[in-house]
Amino acid sequence: METTTPAPVATPPARRSTARPIRAAAWIALVVLLAALPLYIDTAWLKAGQYMMIGAVGAIGLTLLTGQAGQLSLAHAFFLLVGATGYTVLSGPTDDDRVIGLGLDPGLALIGAVVISALVGLAFAPVAGRLRGIYLGVASLSLVFLGLYFGQSLDALTGGTSTGRTPATFELFGFPFSNGGPEIELMGVPIRAAERIWYLFLILTAIAFLLARGAVRGRVGRSWRAVRDNEAAATAMGVGVARAKAGAFAVSSAFAGLAGVMTVLWFDILKPDESEYGTYGINVSIAFLAMVIIGGLGSVPGAVVGALIVHGLPQALTLFSGDLGWFSETGGGGLTPILVSSFIYGAAIVVVVLFEPGGLAAIGRRLTGLFRARPREITREETS
Amino acid sequence: METFLQLVVNGVGKGAVFALLALGFVVIFKATEVVNFAHGSLVLVGGYLVVVTRDSLGWVGAAVVGIVSAGLLALLVERLLLSRSKLADANSLALLTIGLDVIITEEIVRRLGVTVPFLGEAWDAQPIQVGGLTLFRTHLVAIGVGAVLVTAFFLAFRYSNWGVAMRAQAENREAAALMGIRSSRVTATAWLVAGLLAGVAVLFIATQDFSGSGLSRGTHSIALAAFPAAILGGLDSTAGAVVGGLVVGLTEALSAQYISFDFSKSAVFLVMLVVLVVRPSGLFGTRESTRV
Repeated sequence: METTTPAPVATPPARRSTARPIRAAAWIALVVLLAALPLYIDTAWLKAGQYMMIGAVGAIGLTLLTGQAGQLSLAHAFFLLVGATGYTVLSGPTDDDRVIGLGLDPGLALIGAVVISALVGLAFAPVAGRLRGIYLGVASLSLVFLGLYFGQSLDALTGGTSTGRTPATFELFGFPFSNGGPEIELMGVPIRAAERIWYLFLILTAIAFLLARGAVRGRVGRSWRAVRDNEAAATAMGVGVARAKAGAFAVSSAFAGLAGVMTVLWFDILKPDESEYGTYGINVSIAFLAMVIIGGLGSVPGAVVGALIVHGLPQALTLFSGDLGWFSETGGGGLTPILVSSFIYGAAIVVVVLFEPGGLAAIGRRLTGLFRARPREITREETS
Repeated sequence: METFLQLVVNGVGKGAVFALLALGFVVIFKATEVVNFAHGSLVLVGGYLVVVTRDSLGWVGAAVVGIVSAGLLALLVERLLLSRSKLADANSLALLTIGLDVIITEEIVRRLGVTVPFLGEAWDAQPIQVGGLTLFRTHLVAIGVGAVLVTAFFLAFRYSNWGVAMRAQAENREAAALMGIRSSRVTATAWLVAGLLAGVAVLFIATQDFSGSGLSRGTHSIALAAFPAAILGGLDSTAGAVVGGLVVGLTEALSAQYISFDFSKSAVFLVMLVVLVVRPSGLFGTRESTRV
């Protein structure tokens, strides 16, 4: 942001030199904190954190597509399924009669699954390119229904709705992300499956975040926003509209595919849905849309915070409620953590659209703006 | 041949219900350009109130309560939430209705718990045999009610003051306002009408003859299948809604028989995709054009 404003003469360099280190320090502190967490919190909370990171990766992808490129998509859950199935099939054992497996190295399978998701997204691009707004939203919903059908009928790939199939344990250069392999201890804390997957997810999320931010700040992001704001004007400025739209769809699908791989590693089972409300159902598409809206359409950090809320609430409520004795009501009609968080994020969408269309990102910008208010005014006076 | 005819009859029966739902989407879209993603939850609310009041009011009384409440809820949503957000554009308001839909649906599903009550007790007794065809009473009543309501709607749309105001507003919102049309009143009635239609539709959906299952989360997803109906007909075309409804009903019935039951849900959406690729604004929708 600061780089785009014409640099005034006198004070700004001084201000920048103080703001930059503060910002860098905050990032370093955050990274250190996230890296140190597994040493202090227990497995259940680590699992909860991993689930939030799945949401973050998916939401980052959707905010690029819906927020930056302006294409409403309800297909995100479908691409999650594509990624999950891709990983499981590519890395699956070759000697299983019931299901197909290619026996690839899990690291390669992860990359392969992301590539497959991107290609499937690209295959939908001709359709997406012709449609706009709500029409595209409902058209993309058809992919979720197709996913439901394929999940049921292609049981050689997915393992079928009744049993599903187990994904291969993730490995990197022979190092397993499970309880097996070499025993590692860090400050007296054994680094086992939960901790290892935490670090894996953390790195994947960081890569997703940095790539997305790079895209948003660069030439690609500018072309997406141009298409979003006015297709005719974008064409006039030399942006290939069809290309930009297809690209956004492919990139977003790749992120969703990665989130799908993470999902299947998190659940440790690939199990296609029996109805359209499941792990890869409409409700999931809507949950991702909720993350993106609550975070502020188009904002990458906003999407991450949105994911922390939407994916974090049910997890946190479950963990807290165990201790506090909430939601003890059993059977039909009881409140569950998932239900309560659905209420909260449903309401959050309504509130955000009504009162703060920029979402949490806009609130965040305003808060940081409070601290910056004075220096900014000074620069304005000096430049005028 | 007989199976085929039977399927067509069933398809038209279901199609009449989808047409009512699709008309609900279209009315709101025409008046406000907002797509109401909360339509499925209006359906659930109507059905739920029928279930709750049926014992004390009898079926007819409960049906009236259900229909009216669905209409009033839609009106309330428009008055309390959408009309207050003049700043937000139509697309973000569509997102707002997604949020609403989540809340209302989860609450109704929670209240239903594990019970899955049927609604259509006033008529779904014995199917009627005509020649080799089995006519389900629910379908017959649905076709009858659908025909009456759709005709009434078209007449009102064509000749009543509301219809004229509505068409004027759909044509050009600002010009209509300048000509003295109260846009807020048109919008509010559009939502009320859509809600009432949803309330009527649910009486047919949660029956043995239509879906084979009672009021549940599944009812919401059947209402969702009216989405393709509205879209493939063209979101701003009332005639399109009726045609779309019938196309969806027939597609579902025929694909369930000739391809597979699992596939029938996706078939509806696939047909919609094909239509959209050929005609991006649906069969009867107005084409948007931009000059470069």
